[in-house]
Amino acid sequence: MSDLTKLTVAEARDAMRAGDVTSVELTQACLTAIEGADALGAFVHKTPELALEQASAADARIKAGDAPDMCGIPMGIKDLFCTKGVASQAGSRILEGFKPEYESTVSGQLFDAGAVMLGKLNMDEFAMGSSNETSCYGNAVNPWRRGNDDTALTPGGSSGGSASAVAADLCLAATGTDTGGSIRQPAAFTGTVGIKPTYGRCSRWGIVAFASSLDQAGPMTKTVRDAAIVLGTMAGHDPKDSTSADLQVPDFEAMLTGDIKGKKIGIPSEYRMDGMPSEIEKLWADGADMLRDAGAEILDISLPHTKYALPTYYVIAPAEASSNLARYDGVRYGHRATLAQGDGITEMYEKTRAEGFGPEVQRRVMVGTYVLSAGFYDAYYNRARKVRTLIKKDFEDVFAAGIDAILTPATPSSAFGLGEMAEADPVQMYLNDVFTVTVNLAGLPGISVPTGQDKQGLPMGLQLIGRPWEEGDLLNTAYALEAAAGFMAKPGKWW
Amino acid sequence: MSIDLETAARVAKLARIKVEDDALPALAGEFNTILGFIEQLNEVDVDGVEPMVSVTPMRLARRHDGVTDGNQQDKVLANAPDAREGFFAVPKVVE
Repeated sequence: MSDLTKLTVAEARDAMRAGDVTSVELTQACLTAIEGADALGAFVHKTPELALEQASAADARIKAGDAPDMCGIPMGIKDLFCTKGVASQAGSRILEGFKPEYESTVSGQLFDAGAVMLGKLNMDEFAMGSSNETSCYGNAVNPWRRGNDDTALTPGGSSGGSASAVAADLCLAATGTDTGGSIRQPAAFTGTVGIKPTYGRCSRWGIVAFASSLDQAGPMTKTVRDAAIVLGTMAGHDPKDSTSADLQVPDFEAMLTGDIKGKKIGIPSEYRMDGMPSEIEKLWADGADMLRDAGAEILDISLPHTKYALPTYYVIAPAEASSNLARYDGVRYGHRATLAQGDGITEMYEKTRAEGFGPEVQRRVMVGTYVLSAGFYDAYYNRARKVRTLIKKDFEDVFAAGIDAILTPATPSSAFGLGEMAEADPVQMYLNDVFTVTVNLAGLPGISVPTGQDKQGLPMGLQLIGRPWEEGDLLNTAYALEAAAGFMAKPGKWW
Repeated sequence: MSIDLETAARVAKLARIKVEDDALPALAGEFNTILGFIEQLNEVDVDGVEPMVSVTPMRLARRHDGVTDGNQQDKVLANAPDAREGFFAVPKVVE
């Protein structure tokens, strides 16, 4: 078989079960592709020996029959997931040298199902960023380019390494995490599929925490079917995460019928932003037409508090981050600053955190500290939590009125150049998440599906937002959209 | 609400992040940009609205109050920058 790395998860599963290819062959092909792709900056800790060991075990299991879907599938794991005995740094200098003594629940479930880990993937430091430029490893680079222009573009963030690796066929699928859009925005920038499940669907245990009430793990894949397969293995109740939902995980793949006749799809007027590029507007209108042609009913809806989602997020997420990141103190793991004569424990904390955290992380920790500080807690933090209640109610109201899913653009633009936002103030970068952040605040499932290309040839994605716990239905609508859009383009190999 | 240098220094201290004096003006400027953006929330009528505690209506799970884990001192200390005699070692805390 040629071009093994280009296989989808579903194709690889079927080929391995049919005996046409082994996991070792597939894994070897991915490892070779990774070796030749350092220019993408996607894999930051490579684990070839572990991968081949896992692949051999998977082959034995497939041969014995009755292997799970993910058995033998070579994957990349975002650096935010703690993986036993393998560096897990969350893209931060402060976790330099940290090798967890335990495995995150989600990666553990994947490995128990026979998935193969090729290595750890680049990301924005502590998942704080929309361009993968805050990583301590340096940038991840988008395999897509603007026509013949060789400007290096961002793969998005924070799951930039995951998106780049999947788009460039370095692995068959990857894990991502999404706090404000960190799966869906990079997926849209790279022509891949990314789903953030309902809050509580995947266990957060063993995933380095950013904003605990918003963080969710999800898969990044080449197709909607693959997203259904990988999510099925990642999801499930975990007593070690008290917010993990004790619900059955349905067979998501079996729910992909492509039949969306009679489904009510909402188009929220508030997502029509001033200055939105005409190409994004057209993409959105075309997507609505595709769903209508597939038998869905397209309805105009209103989500009145949409414009307050980003400011709400930029209170709640930094507040939670300032609390979560308090643990990086130079005592228990990771980096400790070299101390001067006479330095006490306070100097140790302050120097360690100043050296270990990059500028964006420092900024967010301090903003969070400020909004939680005495005298401002009510004015900022409590007010944001109240607005969050209203944002969630907007969605509850439209779902109560019979809407099955909501169609929006995934991002306000296609991928931008690395360094292009260097002079912008932090708020400009935050606007990348304008269409995705509402979904985290409301705890809903959202999926990004590639449906077109801009005039420079860059991929663009649409987002579908579903009802809580109805990822199966959401994936099916996304499956219908994917089929109608017929997005098949791949980046030309330059790396 | 405008953040002055003194407030910026106080926040850095609370967050236990060392910020040199010459970096404070830029930091205060960034705080002001971000807080200016957040000010929009004052437009929203939140009278009678409950602040969100949990995005999913659920009661936190309870379990039997028993020991489920432990006896792994080596693992707990394995990643410490400085561990001695079974303890985390830190600079002198009390005089």
